[in-house]
Amino acid sequence: MIVKEQQEIILKGIGASPGICIGKAYLVDRGTVDVVKKYIIRKEDLEKEKNRFKASVQRAKEELHQIIEKTPEEYREHANILETHVVLLKDKMLYGKTIETIERERVNAEWALRKVVARLKDIFRDMSDPYFRERGSDIVHVSNRIMRNLSGADHVSIKDIDKRVILVAEDLSPADTSQIQLERVKGFVTDAGGMASHTGIIARTLQIPAVLGADRATKTIRNDDLLVVDGTNGLLIIHPSESTLIEYEERRARHEIRIASITRGADAPAVTTDGVRVEVMGNIELPEEVVAVRDFGGDGIGLYRSEFQYLSRTTFPSEDDLFDKYKDVVEVMAPRPVVIRTLDINGDKAVSYLSGADEANPALGLRAIRYCLQKPEVFKVQLRAILRAAAFGNVRILIPMISDFEEVVQVKRLLDESAIELERRGVPCRREIQMGIMVEVPSAVVMIDTIAKKVDFFSIGTNDLVQYAMAIDRQNRQVAHLFNPLHPALIRMVKHVSDVARDEGVRLAMCGEMAAYPLHIPVLLGLCIDELSMNPQSIPLVKRAVRTLSASDTRGFMDSLLKQVRASDVNALLREAYEEHMTRHVHTE
Amino acid sequence: MAISASVMNDGRTELLAKEVTITNELGLHARSAAQIAGIAREGKGGVWLIKEDMVVDAASVIDILTLACGQGSSITIRVDCHEDLPVLDRILALVEKKFGEEN
Repeated sequence: MIVKEQQEIILKGIGASPGICIGKAYLVDRGTVDVVKKYIIRKEDLEKEKNRFKASVQRAKEELHQIIEKTPEEYREHANILETHVVLLKDKMLYGKTIETIERERVNAEWALRKVVARLKDIFRDMSDPYFRERGSDIVHVSNRIMRNLSGADHVSIKDIDKRVILVAEDLSPADTSQIQLERVKGFVTDAGGMASHTGIIARTLQIPAVLGADRATKTIRNDDLLVVDGTNGLLIIHPSESTLIEYEERRARHEIRIASITRGADAPAVTTDGVRVEVMGNIELPEEVVAVRDFGGDGIGLYRSEFQYLSRTTFPSEDDLFDKYKDVVEVMAPRPVVIRTLDINGDKAVSYLSGADEANPALGLRAIRYCLQKPEVFKVQLRAILRAAAFGNVRILIPMISDFEEVVQVKRLLDESAIELERRGVPCRREIQMGIMVEVPSAVVMIDTIAKKVDFFSIGTNDLVQYAMAIDRQNRQVAHLFNPLHPALIRMVKHVSDVARDEGVRLAMCGEMAAYPLHIPVLLGLCIDELSMNPQSIPLVKRAVRTLSASDTRGFMDSLLKQVRASDVNALLREAYEEHMTRHVHTE
Repeated sequence: MAISASVMNDGRTELLAKEVTITNELGLHARSAAQIAGIAREGKGGVWLIKEDMVVDAASVIDILTLACGQGSSITIRVDCHEDLPVLDRILALVEKKFGEEN
């Protein structure tokens, strides 16, 4: 007998959560409708065909009700989406039209449904408002559920997985992930999605390796295929050969030893060889991520992005909703600080119920603090929630997109008003919290000495500062390569902010991803940054990098770095001075 | 989708359509559309929503969503027969009280 060995296949995706895992694939079949056959129904069978369709819809409705019932309290917002799905199931335009089509064209229910949905999809795809456009995907989800019942496919629910597997799916919705018993999942692979997707966040939080956006994964992978997921490099290997398996098994073991050794001692403070302490904190989006920050030895939350609570729903969250979420994080971290950044809605995160008209230039438009100051009644709900959470721990408030002195004055006034409202209601709160601004707009850099008199800290958002200072749209492939946080213009701007911060006694933080790379640490130390905040996984490595450096050496190094005129020269100088040092002392692999 | 004449049996014409501005923050999103559709389904005849030159079936959430009515848009609610005037008024009241979103 000849056993043909299956060819090893390597797919490239986005390494959304680092680590390596080896295991068997478990395809989450969401019943997508790639192959729908058309056949003609005899006139006498039409009634039967329509009933078959109705029964499938009925079953879909029962399934949804069951999922809603079993959804735990913390995912109730997602359950609201599912209630909308229940309504859509019986909608005239879907349900009625499909029955009509079966009758009129004498075709099978699958074909009729597919035809009706295709037309609806077209209508929604062309809509300009992102909220309404997204509703097209709700219709697709609903019709997929009906289709699955029609085709009688024995759909194994994700919640029934009984062995440790690597989940492979086109995409995972919050409703899907809420059903998974995550302790059974070794790794994640999806066709769609990226770093910021829900699956990516969950994977990083739980420290499960994930390769997302691996285009043709579900088309290529079969159930029980042996897979290697390399979440560090964004690689997916299907049917690995024996030698590949051995290689990755060794890498996996090395990775685990390395993580263990880095994480060991991560709780200790990051102090330079000459005694300068740097606070190394974590950036989070979901309250659940706070656990990862603590596990990785974070000295606090340097950036708690507050958009998620607004984006995952169709109505504004209430003061109590927000307060509960903030309080969770604040209590877990106490006495360590939690920096809550107020609503920073921008072009790529437009929410229909927030956004007004379409903007030609969202990055230069009504976003972040500009939006909040225009809608003080919306903003104050968040401010009150933050002030209330502040009664439970160490809370600081961070205002994004400040471009003008007056904005800072207005925010302070709104904070005062919010505190007075809470006091009048007799609700416990704390007004004396530290307030800071994101330094990401060049006008704020120029005026930083005036703003310094009004705030307690600055937090530099490198990505946006580079974008606005150098006029580079990172989404634009033609210019994206010009994007460089080590550009001399950027370094000089940060130097200016740093000098002012020191003169005025204002703390200086950096919460951009720039802070997550050990090789950047000499520059950031040289620029006298007091606090670094990054994705939780990078904390141990960055702390380690800080401990190997001397702050006074890096300050000396800055003198020569500041003389450079080209980004490439800055880069070369930095590599020459510190690359070997980092390889030897920090990256121990 | 045709709209039947607004002439009553006795020849007297009566206004079977009313105009209203969507004032709730979210506009006619999925949940508010579902509330309208719930009422419209009780109508004996057709119940329609009209925005500019688009006419949609008020009994269908999907159809209402295709209007993409944000806050501030103006729509006309129209019923086919005068017995459905209470239905029209209930939808009108619902829109005016902002679907109970802002309590």
